[in-house]
Amino acid sequence: MTAWVDPVLRLVEALGAAVLSIVDALGRFGAFLGHAIAVMLTPPFKARALVDRIHYIGFRSLLIILLTGAFTGMVLGLQIFLVLSRFGSEAFLGPAVALSIIRELGPVLAALMVTGRAGSALTAEIGIMRITEQIDALTVMALNPVRYLVVPSILAGLITFPLMTALFDVVGIFGGYLVGVQLLGLSEGTYFGEMETFVRMDDIMTGFWKSLSFGVIVTWVCTYKGFNVGHGAEGVARATTQAVVLSSVLILVWDYFMGSVLP
Amino acid sequence: MIEVKGLRKSFGRQQVLRGVDLRVPTGSITIIIGRSGGGKSVLLKHLIGLLRPDAGQVLVDGVDATAMRGKGLDDLRQRYGVVFQGGALFDSMTCAGNVAFPLREKSKLPRAAVAERVRAALAQVGLEGAGDKYPAEISGGMRKRVAIARALVTEPDIIFFDEPTTGLDPILVNTIHGLIRELHARYRFTALIVSHEIPEIFEIADTVAMLADGRIVESGSPAMIQESSNPVVRQFIRGEPEA
Repeated sequence: MTAWVDPVLRLVEALGAAVLSIVDALGRFGAFLGHAIAVMLTPPFKARALVDRIHYIGFRSLLIILLTGAFTGMVLGLQIFLVLSRFGSEAFLGPAVALSIIRELGPVLAALMVTGRAGSALTAEIGIMRITEQIDALTVMALNPVRYLVVPSILAGLITFPLMTALFDVVGIFGGYLVGVQLLGLSEGTYFGEMETFVRMDDIMTGFWKSLSFGVIVTWVCTYKGFNVGHGAEGVARATTQAVVLSSVLILVWDYFMGSVLP
Repeated sequence: MIEVKGLRKSFGRQQVLRGVDLRVPTGSITIIIGRSGGGKSVLLKHLIGLLRPDAGQVLVDGVDATAMRGKGLDDLRQRYGVVFQGGALFDSMTCAGNVAFPLREKSKLPRAAVAERVRAALAQVGLEGAGDKYPAEISGGMRKRVAIARALVTEPDIIFFDEPTTGLDPILVNTIHGLIRELHARYRFTALIVSHEIPEIFEIADTVAMLADGRIVESGSPAMIQESSNPVVRQFIRGEPEA
């Protein structure tokens, strides 16, 4: 009678421990952002650290954004042209490329690219500061490390992600133009004229809100992982991988959620 | 006066501190010795407020530091200087930038006054010409000295040193000890040094406390510790291998 009770109890116990661990981790994750927001709203503001972070996250990601934006637009131009030409609707190439990029691909791909380039570096940098006691040094100087390391990163994410997305959109649309108009012979007026007809302000704002939220997600995840790094080089490597994977997954999940909520 | 009463700390099932009692008199140099992994750094982290104990108190001039939060704790920390084991220098800043950092962030001194204080602090540790170098460009001994200059520059009442000579050659070990003694004689700060540099560290100590098995097993003058009949202390001081 009691032979099966013990294994079942152990299973329930293990499940309970796993759930508690997840809830605990989520609580810490949320509390970290809450603390950062509270610090963000109180002076002093570290303007120089913010400029440094904008340079670090934004300016230094420009090349990768330009490259991926251009080739995304070119691939879209080619593929959508081939599909539309089967229905004799090549004229809609411009809006199709523009809407795909502005609503979805621009914010998502720009965020994924910045995660890979700057997000991973952010986690590694903060992680190394943690294991070499630089964060402890800030704390014992009575300086809040969140104010110096996390707040400027989140603010920089809020500023740079929409700008990078806008750049990605422009370059992507131009990439579509190069293939559709210059290579495949669609008229320039058709490409841009139809775009003006079909792309609405709502579409642009959808991309904007997405990029803004991705800016918070990426910097939040990456600074959190850096702050809570394990021991030694292996701990930093693991935290960096986790930061990139978690940021990327959250970007895609949040993109679906926003895509279904926003007009 | 720093007074530690019944300090206990566990990480999971591992009990690291099992009731530490310690007195650090004002203006003295107190050394905590003990085996590697014996909880010396954990004890130090409690003293500077980086860890909270499971039980016990850390009284600084009669005020319980373990009960402090927020601004009260920040105010207390302004009285502290800390020299971390690896220096904990900010690698994105030059040595001068590192030393200037606490002054720039916590004081309202004009830029010229900060520069003068930084120059003087670096000169005190014998690094007049190294201000423009980055931590990665200097040796381990120099990094320790920059860390000491950074801890000193705010003129704290209490300075904590976490193994300030680990990884240095014997000449540098004695150089750093001599520097600590010289600076202490000049500024009369309260110094608490975690170290296992035996017997060199006895030359600068007023009081030595031995941490073993999560407790202070013996405390007294360097001479008393060296004459101790406690087998744990004798084994550690003589470096006898485990049976």
